[in-house]
Amino acid sequence: MPDESVRTSANELKFRDPSQARALADRLSGLCEEIAREPISVMHVCGTHEQAIAKYGLRTILPKSLDLIMGPGCPVCVTDMPEVDEAVVLAEDGALIATYGDMLRVPGTAKSLADAQAEGARVEVVYSAAQAVELARSMQQEVVFFASGFETTAVATAAIALQDDLPPNLSILSAHKYVPPAMEIVAQIPATQVEGFLAAGHAATITGWGIFEPLAERYKIPVVVAGFEPLDILAGLVRLVELVKDGTPAVDNMYPRCVTREGNRVAQEQMWRVFRTVGGRWRGIADVPDGNLRLRPEYAHLDARVRFEIDIRRLWQLAPSALAEKCICGAIMSGLASPSDCELFGKECDPENPVGACMVSSEGTCKIWYQYGGRPDL
Amino acid sequence: MMVRPGIGPQPRDERVTLKHGAGGRAMRMLIEETLAAGFLDGSTDEIGLAALDDGAALLIGDRWLVVTTDSHVIHPIFFPGGDIGRLAIAGTVNDLAVMGATEVLGLTSAMVIEEGFLHSDLERIQHSMQEACREAGAKIVTGDTKVMGRGELDGIIINTTGVALADAVVSDAGLSSGDRILLTGPIGDHGIALMAARRGLGLEGDLRSDVAPLNGLIRRALDTAKGAITAMKDPTRGGLASALTEMAEKSQVGIVIEDAAVPVTPVVRSAAEILGLDPFHIANEGVAVIGVRPDAADAVLAAVRAHSLGQSCAIIGTCTDEHPKRLILDTGIGRRLVTEPEGEPLPRIC
Repeated sequence: MPDESVRTSANELKFRDPSQARALADRLSGLCEEIAREPISVMHVCGTHEQAIAKYGLRTILPKSLDLIMGPGCPVCVTDMPEVDEAVVLAEDGALIATYGDMLRVPGTAKSLADAQAEGARVEVVYSAAQAVELARSMQQEVVFFASGFETTAVATAAIALQDDLPPNLSILSAHKYVPPAMEIVAQIPATQVEGFLAAGHAATITGWGIFEPLAERYKIPVVVAGFEPLDILAGLVRLVELVKDGTPAVDNMYPRCVTREGNRVAQEQMWRVFRTVGGRWRGIADVPDGNLRLRPEYAHLDARVRFEIDIRRLWQLAPSALAEKCICGAIMSGLASPSDCELFGKECDPENPVGACMVSSEGTCKIWYQYGGRPDL
Repeated sequence: MMVRPGIGPQPRDERVTLKHGAGGRAMRMLIEETLAAGFLDGSTDEIGLAALDDGAALLIGDRWLVVTTDSHVIHPIFFPGGDIGRLAIAGTVNDLAVMGATEVLGLTSAMVIEEGFLHSDLERIQHSMQEACREAGAKIVTGDTKVMGRGELDGIIINTTGVALADAVVSDAGLSSGDRILLTGPIGDHGIALMAARRGLGLEGDLRSDVAPLNGLIRRALDTAKGAITAMKDPTRGGLASALTEMAEKSQVGIVIEDAAVPVTPVVRSAAEILGLDPFHIANEGVAVIGVRPDAADAVLAAVRAHSLGQSCAIIGTCTDEHPKRLILDTGIGRRLVTEPEGEPLPRIC
């Protein structure tokens, strides 16, 4: 007799049910037919969404007239070169850089942290902000936590900054980014013509879905918060296209099992106690007013930018990569191009030898397309 | 401060890295471009290096002499479900078997041992080799022993070579459109068991390597449907994704796999999901992929399921003339491509 226990499929999980997925896809097709024009362009702004969309092959069942664009959804990818340069300089000057694994190979102006490591600098991969604290506690050397991520991970960095008795050799180099202002920038790019946003459920768990209401109102554009299983994404798209069809620029929450209107108030309060927003460059996209999270002056004692003199200009004498000039990561993250439009994709640029940041991170569009074949006509 | 010229165009991969041993594309490139250079004569009917198959098949009169060789390094040497000795026998017997050579004439065993290795561990390994040989109906007929200084290798390396005669050989390149793809057992057990043994993952459930000689099971499949088995391969390093990609590329067909049909034990599925690994990329040592003409698929399925190692055998996919050389996964919701792993998710597991 065949062993039935091994036939268990991941699809048996509630939010991966194929028949419900097909029903949602049918509903989506019906809505697009009723709208009767193309393309209907909606944008998600989250690498985790792109991962799930690619992994479950969702693009092959979406209506042809629906253009689901990938926006600037990867915090690693939008980390700007000068931010990487700061970490590289600190590492070369003798600090130990503790950072998330994806940050290692993100190219700076002339080199990545991995390059600096190969030349003898100390770089350690950590899986949490708390681990960076433990690392600093275990040694005498200056430890700089090179912190990246959107508001979801900024909260974890804030939590350590608020601890008492932190080791004196620990400091924080914040490359944290704040998503809502970037969505405004993208909403204004004329060529993108985004008609609706699918917002990231995990970030909204912290911020609450109410944070998108000013955006929806100002740009007359609907926003739907969605989770990360295939049915979450399809249900989110159905609701979003319904709002597009009705011309209703509202915010709706299709991830109610995790997200509330006000979000996680304790986490927000902690985040804003530690961080303030400042304007700055998102790699490849634009200067985003209020798009960067930096430590408040009250936390200057923890701020690597205050504690150390970081002269990144010395890196600028080194030649930048010639290939980097051909990289179109910026256009890809703004939703203006696909990885398949890039002449480097899969040739000079692959996950082993990334040219642009989008090929580095597991949340980067190019890496995901490399892994799952992108938007194949299957 | 050291100044060097940027990250810009530099010679790629000038040194061998671990990914060149991981069973995927990088390894095939290294073999094709460097290691097999000068031996890639593809003009013969025989299966030689040019085929980059699991072994070679040489014509002797009207019969085939099938030869294969494999060096085994693994950490830890003893793991749940087996050890390096069992692996060294099963790995080579399986490479012969998936070429259709299920009656092993003889095996060689060459061991390179690190100074300080325990005698008692060698005896355990030897006992496992005997046991695996008994299961496979094979015997070791010659061998070689070397000892190297402490630190010059990690414990022990075992190379086994196998020879067998066959009336007909099965390559990994014989698929055609319409053929069904059978998988003889659940995937991922070996790689996940090794990872759990190394890192103490604390996962509940019975995690054991599937390492086993498959020649008996494969003989049963071959005898059930004479001439209907078109290609075989054992999905070891690189996992099912690499094995099927290689078969699709060499056979010039597309292969569509139904995700829900692929047997994966619940404990492996959970472990893979937690660890962010794809079961399709994880190594196996006790399952085979079998391509069968469509009209014989059900008979072969029933025959394999009747074997103790094939109880979970399933028809997992179909070959198509659309999308040649591509491996496509039907997720139950939509479709996507499956790509080979770039490097090894778990170093040194076979």
